[in-house]
Amino acid sequence: MFQSLPLLSLLIWAPILGGIFVLLVGSRQRESSKLFALVVSSLVFLLSTLLYFRFDTTSVLMQFVEYSVWIDTFNINYHLGVDGISVPLILLTTFTTVLVVIACWVVIETRLSQYLAAFLILEGLMIGVFVSLDAILFYFFWEAMLIPMFLIIGVWGGPGRIYATIKFFLYTFLGSVFMLVALLYLYSKMGSFYIFDLYRLPLSLAEQKWIFIAFLLAFAVKIPMWPVHTWLPDAHVEAPTGGSVILAAILLKMGGYGFIRFSLPITPDAGAAMAGFMIVLSLIAIVYIGFVALVQQDMKKLIAYSSVSHMGFVTLGFFIVFSIMEQAGSNADAVMGLAGAMMQMVSHGLISAALFLCVGVMYDRVHSRQIADYGGVANTMPVFASFMMLFAMANAGLPGTSGFVGEFLVILSSFRANAWIAVIAATVLILGAAYTLWMYKRVIFGDVANEKVAGLQDVSPRETSFLLLLAVAVLLLGLWPAPLFELMETTLNQLVEHISQSKVT
Amino acid sequence: MSITSEILFVLPELALLAFACLVLVCDVFSKSPNKLLTYLLAQASLAVVMVLVIWLYPDERVALFNQHFILDPLSAVLKVTVCAASIVVFLYSYHYFRQRDLLQGEYFVLGLFAVLGMLVMVSAYSMLTVYLGLELMSLSLYAMVAMNKESGTASEAAMKYFVLGALASGLLLYGISILYGVTGTIILPELAAHLGSPVDNRIVFLFGLVFVVVGIAFKLGAVPFHSWLPDVYEGSPTAVTLFLASAPKVAAFAMAIRLLIDGMQPLHVDWQGMLIVLSLLSMAVGNIVAISQSNIKRMLAYSAIAHAGFLILGILPGLQADQGSTYAGALFYVIAYVIMSMGAFGFIILAGRKGHEADNLDDYQGLADASPWFALIMLLFMFSLAGVPPFLGFWAKWYVIKEVIAIGHIWLAVLAVLFSVVGAYYYLRVVKLMYFDRAETAPVIGADTQVRVLISLNGLAILALGFAPGELIRICTAVLGF
Repeated sequence: MFQSLPLLSLLIWAPILGGIFVLLVGSRQRESSKLFALVVSSLVFLLSTLLYFRFDTTSVLMQFVEYSVWIDTFNINYHLGVDGISVPLILLTTFTTVLVVIACWVVIETRLSQYLAAFLILEGLMIGVFVSLDAILFYFFWEAMLIPMFLIIGVWGGPGRIYATIKFFLYTFLGSVFMLVALLYLYSKMGSFYIFDLYRLPLSLAEQKWIFIAFLLAFAVKIPMWPVHTWLPDAHVEAPTGGSVILAAILLKMGGYGFIRFSLPITPDAGAAMAGFMIVLSLIAIVYIGFVALVQQDMKKLIAYSSVSHMGFVTLGFFIVFSIMEQAGSNADAVMGLAGAMMQMVSHGLISAALFLCVGVMYDRVHSRQIADYGGVANTMPVFASFMMLFAMANAGLPGTSGFVGEFLVILSSFRANAWIAVIAATVLILGAAYTLWMYKRVIFGDVANEKVAGLQDVSPRETSFLLLLAVAVLLLGLWPAPLFELMETTLNQLVEHISQSKVT
Repeated sequence: MSITSEILFVLPELALLAFACLVLVCDVFSKSPNKLLTYLLAQASLAVVMVLVIWLYPDERVALFNQHFILDPLSAVLKVTVCAASIVVFLYSYHYFRQRDLLQGEYFVLGLFAVLGMLVMVSAYSMLTVYLGLELMSLSLYAMVAMNKESGTASEAAMKYFVLGALASGLLLYGISILYGVTGTIILPELAAHLGSPVDNRIVFLFGLVFVVVGIAFKLGAVPFHSWLPDVYEGSPTAVTLFLASAPKVAAFAMAIRLLIDGMQPLHVDWQGMLIVLSLLSMAVGNIVAISQSNIKRMLAYSAIAHAGFLILGILPGLQADQGSTYAGALFYVIAYVIMSMGAFGFIILAGRKGHEADNLDDYQGLADASPWFALIMLLFMFSLAGVPPFLGFWAKWYVIKEVIAIGHIWLAVLAVLFSVVGAYYYLRVVKLMYFDRAETAPVIGADTQVRVLISLNGLAILALGFAPGELIRICTAVLGF
């Protein structure tokens, strides 16, 4: 019966319409608007699991395709579809949104209905980004997403929220407009915005390099890569917990998604030519930002820097592919790098969301994010401490958690390219453990630091619910990642096959 | 074609002229202090003219009166835009002046004459008709700016506008006279034919061209001929600012198209260079100076300068059908800009009341708490003006950039988008004031139901056109014959 259902459209528009509904009627009914938002986001999550169950992992084609003409004058179409790359990210999006709704339950006091509406609308737009097969449709969602996020940070954020949110907006806007110019240039060559038409378009190396740089500006800001990462710590620190979760879990992944959907296949030769540069940037992010994370006093800032460092693995995994292919390595090794990067994206989405929620749990009680204000939390919040232990270990890349799988695969494939790259990248295992566990030690262990900590209540059932969900997800992916790889395998094979062919005419 | 049948084609203009005189007479004899009759008659005449324009929609170009006057699909679309915009402006204005006890029938009479001037400009096919229309429009506008006799700033603004406007008209006329002196014609297509044939006195043409471009740049408010614009926008009563920022932009755009493309397409390469400079300067100065403004009318005035820069960018491709380069992007842009700018200036009227003009940015602090719906509408206007999807303003920028890239000026496209990022900052600041700041005294929306409904519709239109711009894009390409 679901065969004819426009599943992807439903995933986009159900949360958006739900959000608008909450916005219009919810201001007087706090309780029911919360329930409504929870029901909508849960339904959307359940719908999105259909994507997983009905996905044909053997097909290289786009699935669940929807097509209708949008602006016929310029051949712009409402063209949706998913493949093995987008499905995991969509699941991550719908899953995290449910968590965010649960997490705001008693925490957000001002303009609750607007808060919920912003997140629901944001969810629809984010799914739109992952399912668009038309470059302009993609850009439409990509930019529109900035508006709810701008408001979320600005309205419900901390004391420095205005600076942080304007910086966030302008940084990402600045990056994206170059992508728009690149897309329009491609259109002037090809006469189409269909992404797979652009894949086929032959381009000279110089053209490819310019287009690659334009894409890079958009995606590098979003991921974010060193040295354009500086908006992220600000935005994370000032955003409300839900905002930080969505930022870390999904918004950063859009940069990665952009690389794998646009940069790699549209400009493979430029990618190959600039792989060295990209790898160096990734390594700087991994190592240097790792050290920066080590000295942070603020927990959210620490996790933000840890995000930058971990996302370095994603870009490393993407661009090590070219290095492997150049050295005549097998395509299988290249696929491994990409799979590792994808795995890292999903896993980081879960772990960083979990860590931000943990900080949120403590912040709601103590109203401080400073590490120095805590100490001995384990004495008063033992259940919470054990959850956070798991997530801290996952962030450090402990085998058995999802954090291990992605990093391991990327490091392994780096060995095929260059042992030194692998060695440098592997320092993350030490650095990550150092900053995460050191923070954990200072916050959770030791003697009870002050009265506030002494008076802490352990996690409520509501908080347990979202932490438990995340813990299960992190362990599941860590112990049994095979389903995720099966999902991506065919698509990634196809992608590597595509980018190994030169497009230069 | 005989004169009698030609008269049929200018029926809208003739009707408007008759109506304007009728309104003037009625107003003299009307005793009613609320001027309801004058107002309704003025609105009715605009509506009738609009219907006539649509009724007379030409499928192809019809040149009339020895080629002084042209009726083509482009002119019909622009005339409908002018009339529709003026109807909306009159609605706001009536509310605005009545609330402040400044209602004068002359406002509507002058407004109608200004619209008549615009219609003539839109349909002008000779340099003289362009000038006639331009003067009819400008003189009405000068007087409208000075409507509020009590206000010193308004008188100052009107004076500035008049002196500088007269100077610009003089320069334009000088350019026209040079071109006439060299070619012996004032008819635009004949001028184009002259310029197209190989000539040895090209430098004289360029000399004339420069003055014409200056005149156009002044009317569009492009840097470095923009200095009147912020002062006039700020000093005028908000209702007049609203008028200045809407329909006359369409007329100025039409003037640019008629003179540069219909009349001087052979000098394409030459005026293209001038327009590039004007456009870049406008975008740079407009966007950067707007950041430091504390008066919202002034801020929007600088934003209008920046938008004029973008509009000029859209005129660059000219009209070379064989190479597929058209100014359709600029046409789309001007229509979209009129819709957005009416919303933004209308919002100032909405937020103000007698004794409180709401023209400082700080007056909008905390609006989202006091009035979430209207704050949301203003948010739509601001993001749309900044060019962020999913709003109409995005497609306007998108379309212009697409055309600019299509003619190969990629570096220009890059600069344009960079400036629009700079511009985003001051629009964001308005959103910041409304949503992120708390006010000591909550702002009150003082407007009546009509204005509230109108502004809501305007905001929703921007959203709806952002999701479905296809039809408007189709019209814009269709009227250029593609």
